[in-house]
Amino acid sequence: MTEDRNHKRDWTVQPPFIHPPYKSTLSRGPKKPLIPVRQSLLENSAPAYGNEVLGKLDADLTLNGRINGEPLGERIIVKGRVRDEENRPVRNTLLEIWQANSAGRYIHLIDQHQAPLDPNFFGGGRTVTDDNGCYEFLTIRPGAYPWGNHQNAWRPPHIHFSLFGLSFTQRLITQMYFPGDPLLDLDPIFQGTPVAARELLISEFSIEDTKPDYALAYIFNITLRGRNATPWENQP
Amino acid sequence: MNQVSNLRKQTPSQTVGPFFAYGLTPRQYSYPFNPVMENNLVTSGVAGEHITIRGRVFDGEDVPIADALIEIWQADSFGALDHARHGQGSSANDTIGFKGFGRCGTGSNEPGVFTFQTIKPGIIAGSSAPWISVTVFMRGLLSHVFTRIYFSDEAEKNQKDDLLSSIPADRRNTMIAERTVENNCVYYDFEIYMQGDRETVFLDV
Repeated sequence: MTEDRNHKRDWTVQPPFIHPPYKSTLSRGPKKPLIPVRQSLLENSAPAYGNEVLGKLDADLTLNGRINGEPLGERIIVKGRVRDEENRPVRNTLLEIWQANSAGRYIHLIDQHQAPLDPNFFGGGRTVTDDNGCYEFLTIRPGAYPWGNHQNAWRPPHIHFSLFGLSFTQRLITQMYFPGDPLLDLDPIFQGTPVAARELLISEFSIEDTKPDYALAYIFNITLRGRNATPWENQP
Repeated sequence: MNQVSNLRKQTPSQTVGPFFAYGLTPRQYSYPFNPVMENNLVTSGVAGEHITIRGRVFDGEDVPIADALIEIWQADSFGALDHARHGQGSSANDTIGFKGFGRCGTGSNEPGVFTFQTIKPGIIAGSSAPWISVTVFMRGLLSHVFTRIYFSDEAEKNQKDDLLSSIPADRRNTMIAERTVENNCVYYDFEIYMQGDRETVFLDV
């Protein structure tokens, strides 16, 4: 029996499948226990998408949706470092983001929130981490928007993140939130995360990274599952 | 191992939400953004049997879910992977010419149906049967789930598979896609049940 190369999900940090205040988890989250399986070559590897898949404007959401002018709203820099649990940088890995515009409206056709679309903002972007695991986006601060989970429910402004890492087990889709947001205490999706781990989803304002006369900066560091340095072969 | 305390904490997962399509599967849903990966994995000249995997995802009330995102990751027909290597970044192995990764939402065209055009994978080193790794994301799922697609026409090899043989017979079939041939095209039907008597086997990987 070979010991699994990659760490398991840490359920003291990861949200459960069923979180009753977030109503759609009740009929969508699995209820039977997960089945253990020895990690194979497939779980220990991930698809290779590097800089070659990026378009020139993919990491600049203030540019990549322009039709006839600048998008409306507050320009922000969102940057950070992707590392694994052992603090190793996750290099050359694809990050994809998507978000609402400054009015809290998604370009997605099923979003019917009565807030304006911005003809010059698309809301989708992607980039690849550098040799230190660092990434950076330029975008517009997203607005809050209502949703149907309960009476007067509002999603706190957030940016969706998708990452691959170097193992299929490292795959992560998450959401980045903003510091000091009063909606965080009221949001069943954010609150679905174990208390001790919630702060990991909140970006940090950085005056050092703020570009004078141009854009505020927020730091969002991401930690993917780690892996054992040496596979432990032939352990009982 | 007491190194545990030195570990950084994993970033928690959050739901993919209902509005991922324009960012993650833009062409499938006709948004003006170039996709990086799609549900057609087959590039010209790729060796192997061409197959289509199709299915739906059902919630606990047996209603098809129209805002799920399915991803697959698989070997080529020889059992080889075109993968990112630890410490080296992406390999972009052109000699294989088959990425092995695909992504499909369940909300376009025929709502609730996902399809993948791919090739039947070979057996990877260390395994007894061919299979495809699957992840499922959706609104209402705060952490994604992992499962596998095995193939109904590989009964003998499936019997020798460590994972399948460790699962009670009544649940094993939830990971086996049913092969049919229509108009000379090979289909594998793979329905995913999030809950209930037929709940799909989800894996702790």
